[in-house]
Amino acid sequence: MSNEHSMRRVTAIRNGTVIDHIPSGQAMRVLEMLGIGGATAVPVSLVMNVPSKKMGSKDIIKVEDRELTQSELDRLALVAPDARVAIIRAYSVAEKLTINLGEELINVVRCTFSNCITTNLREPQSHRLKVVQRDPLQLRCHYCGRPQDLDELANNVL
Amino acid sequence: MTGLITMDDLTNEQINSILDDAERLLPVARGEIYLPLLQGRILGNLFFEPSTRTRMSFETAMKRLGGDVVNLGDVKTSSVVKGETLFDTIQMVDGYTDIIAMRHPRQGAAQYAQDAAQVPILNGGDGAGHHPTQTMLDLFTIKQAHGRLEGLKVVLAGDLRYGRTVHSLSHALTRFGCELIFASPDLLNMPDEIVSDLRAHGANVVETEDLYGSMADADVVYMTRIQKERFADEDEYARCAGAYKLHARHLSEVKQDMIVMHPLPRVDEIDPSVDKTRHARYFEQAFNGVVARMALLCRLLGVTVPAKIEGGAL
Repeated sequence: MSNEHSMRRVTAIRNGTVIDHIPSGQAMRVLEMLGIGGATAVPVSLVMNVPSKKMGSKDIIKVEDRELTQSELDRLALVAPDARVAIIRAYSVAEKLTINLGEELINVVRCTFSNCITTNLREPQSHRLKVVQRDPLQLRCHYCGRPQDLDELANNVL
Repeated sequence: MTGLITMDDLTNEQINSILDDAERLLPVARGEIYLPLLQGRILGNLFFEPSTRTRMSFETAMKRLGGDVVNLGDVKTSSVVKGETLFDTIQMVDGYTDIIAMRHPRQGAAQYAQDAAQVPILNGGDGAGHHPTQTMLDLFTIKQAHGRLEGLKVVLAGDLRYGRTVHSLSHALTRFGCELIFASPDLLNMPDEIVSDLRAHGANVVETEDLYGSMADADVVYMTRIQKERFADEDEYARCAGAYKLHARHLSEVKQDMIVMHPLPRVDEIDPSVDKTRHARYFEQAFNGVVARMALLCRLLGVTVPAKIEGGAL
C-alpha cells in the first residue's frame, strides 16, 4: 500500500497541520503532548498503524484550522523525533517543518528521579532536561543531574 | 562563577588557588589574627536538614572574617512547615543576605535555588547529590598532608551509595589523576552511573569489599558512616552497619604518611584507638571546614585574600 493511499484514508484538509511519520502507536501521546483533546473545538483526524515504506508502520494526525508553531512541535522530539510536519493552506502544502531537538527540553517532561526538587509540583520554576547525547538519546535533569530513563520519562509528560 | 553547586563549577586552577587562599587564612581561622575581610556582609544559613559541622563551620568562617550570619532556624518552626516553596524562601532570603549556604533533603535543590537567586549559593549538601564545600575541605586536608593532590592512591570506604561526600570527592580526585579504590558492602556500592562517569573521565577505579587488603599502599583512607537515615528498611541497615571497623591494629602495615579521614560524625567505623595514631586526620579535617569555607566565602563574594597575612592580632 503506498504512502499516498494511506494518506487518503482520511480526506484532505483545507487549512491546518498534518503530522506524518509518527512512530506507530504514538499518535495519542502526540495529541496529548500538543494539548489536543476532546475539548478542542477544531476537527482532528487520526490514522494509526498504517503501512510505511520507511518505518514499517506509522501514525498520521491531521489538525484542521490550526497551524501548530515550531515551539509546539519541538515538544514532540521525545516521542516522534523524525515526524514530518506540513502546514496546509487552501489544500496545498504551504510550509514544511521538522521537529528540532534543541539543547534542552523545557517544561515538556518532568524528571523521573523521585527525590528531585522538581517532584514538589508547587515549585514554580521550569522543568529542564538537558540533551547530553542525541543518538541514542540521553537526557539529564538540569537540577539533580540524574540521567533519565526514556521509557519512564514517557509517563512524565507535562 | 556565581555559586558553588557542584565541583564542576570550579576549574583545577581555581581549586588550587582557593586552597592557597585557605592556607594563608589558617591563622585567621584559629583566631590568632583578626582580619575583617567580610565586614558588613551577611551570610544566610539555610539548613533544611540537620547539620552540625557544616552549619557551624560556615557560621564560624563568616564571623572570623568580620561578617554576620542569619539562620533559617529550625525548619519545624519556619514558614517551610506552612508549605512555603523553596522558590519563595529563596526569594525572601535573597533580599536579606549577600550569600547563602544551604542544605536540603531534595537532590537538585541547590541548583534550583541558584536559578532563583541573585546572590551566590554555596551547596552544603542536596539529598544524595553533591557536597562541594566538604570536598574543598577534604582536598585541603589531603594537600596539607601530602603537599599535592596529583596521582595519589585514595581508598573510599563505607557507604558509597548514599554518601554525597564521596560522590563529590571522587569526581574531584579523578580530575587530579588519583587512583580510586571503592571499598563497600555490596548493598552500598558506588552508583553505577557515577562509576561509569568517572571511568569516562579517565579514572582508574577498583571496586572491592576488602577494605583492609586495599590499604597497604594507599595515601589516603577515607571512611564514611553507614547512614541510618538513608535506609527505609531497618534490617537492611543492620546488615550493612558495622561492615568496617577500622582499628589501630589494622594500620601496622600501611604507609607512614597515609592519612585516615572521615567527614564525621562517626559511629563505629573508626575505633578510638586510631585517634592517637599518626594517621588520624579527621579532627583536623573538621577544623579545616572553617578555613576552606572562609576561602570560598571570600572568592564568591569577590573579596581578594591578601597575599601576605600578618599582624592585627586580637
